[in-house]
Amino acid sequence: MRYLVTLQVNRTSYPVELEVGRTLLSVLRGELGLTGSKEGCDDSECGACMVLIDGRPVNSCSYLALQAAGRQITTVEGLASGTKLHPLQQAFLEHGAVQCGFCTPGMLISATALLAANPDPTEDEIRAGLSGNLCRCTGYVGIVAAVRSAAAELANAD
Amino acid sequence: MGGRFTSPTALADALAATAAGHRPVAGGTDLVVGTRQGKWSLPEDLVALDRIEELRGIEETSGGLRIGATTSHADLAGHPAIRKRWTAIADAASIVGSPATRHIGTLGGNLANASPAAETSGPLLCFDAQVEVRSTAGSRRIALADLFNGPGRTTVRSDELIVAVELSELAGVGSSYVRLEFRRQMEIAVVGATAVVSLDGAIVIDARIAITALAPTVRRVAVAEFALVGTDGGPDAAAEAGRLAAEAATPISDVRASLEYRRAMAAVVVRRAVTGAIARARGETIPIPASASLFGAR
Repeated sequence: MRYLVTLQVNRTSYPVELEVGRTLLSVLRGELGLTGSKEGCDDSECGACMVLIDGRPVNSCSYLALQAAGRQITTVEGLASGTKLHPLQQAFLEHGAVQCGFCTPGMLISATALLAANPDPTEDEIRAGLSGNLCRCTGYVGIVAAVRSAAAELANAD
Repeated sequence: MGGRFTSPTALADALAATAAGHRPVAGGTDLVVGTRQGKWSLPEDLVALDRIEELRGIEETSGGLRIGATTSHADLAGHPAIRKRWTAIADAASIVGSPATRHIGTLGGNLANASPAAETSGPLLCFDAQVEVRSTAGSRRIALADLFNGPGRTTVRSDELIVAVELSELAGVGSSYVRLEFRRQMEIAVVGATAVVSLDGAIVIDARIAITALAPTVRRVAVAEFALVGTDGGPDAAAEAGRLAAEAATPISDVRASLEYRRAMAAVVVRRAVTGAIARARGETIPIPASASLFGAR
């Protein structure tokens, strides 16, 4: 059976027709054209597919799209305001937190959730907050530095 | 192609769907992840439990706690009463998977999955958890020890849903859950242990010890519990409890560790769990999660 539901992604409503087994990631990429979220492992190990659902991080590769209906979904495409990057995105650029870039959307999403819950995290808390996201390029040092820097930036902006 | 899907907000509707053959999904962190890993196919018809408010939340009752089945691991790990009085549950819930896993993975799902390595099961067994299951025909309570029926198997019938877990308060206990882990997060217990102890002065007067990933189900080890009672719970007594628990364990070899390594490490994690529980019973601070705090503890 197919079900007609509305997905709210980055404050935009998308009506979609879905079968039960469709994962949220496959719908974001395949139906909605939002290809920022990546498919890495496809079983919740790597975090490249991370999105926010009602503000909380979820591995969209292993989450049923029908369960996301009516909830607020945020992907990496929803972080910037127009052409102005989110402070986390800017900090990732400035701290060399990006090499191949495949993990970056998921890292940014997990970091967004972390800073929303804990605006001034320690390095250990940053590493724990990003523990569901694997990076095979950077060695994480730049990523952790970028999150610390963005946290300071966001604190000053408040 | 594809089956039926319903996402009710009322428990009665979920029970009706379950009676009609729908299988439950909450966070999907076992069911859907297992599908992606090719372990099994998604059930034909599903009933999603995540919009049913009455299934979620932690309520302090006169004698203890009632925890709704779809309460997340993050909610367990952050709950002040659990952190203070049922501390081993917070130790366990705070190291399940990653932040994403903990936000959508649920206690009921963790129990229904019945993994021999499930983090929360040992603490719940030691706290004498009772599980309430319900169907359209009524409800019944199952002692958690009687819920597990082998790896991945429970005594919950296919027309029943786990709706809540109830815990009685054990006055004045100290508890801890410790696992051997190759990394701190996104990890499954290589082996794990829970200890819950009561002291009278310096002497252990009650002890509960459970082992994780060391038998077909998470289980308590009476011989180690008996040995600890009447001792001071110091290094020698903790080591003896560990030795006895390791002897009683029936581990397997798999991708994460060999049988021999698991048995050897059983003694270590039980010793650490006992050490942590005794320290907490004395009022000493062992930060949550105990696994990280007690790493290397002698």
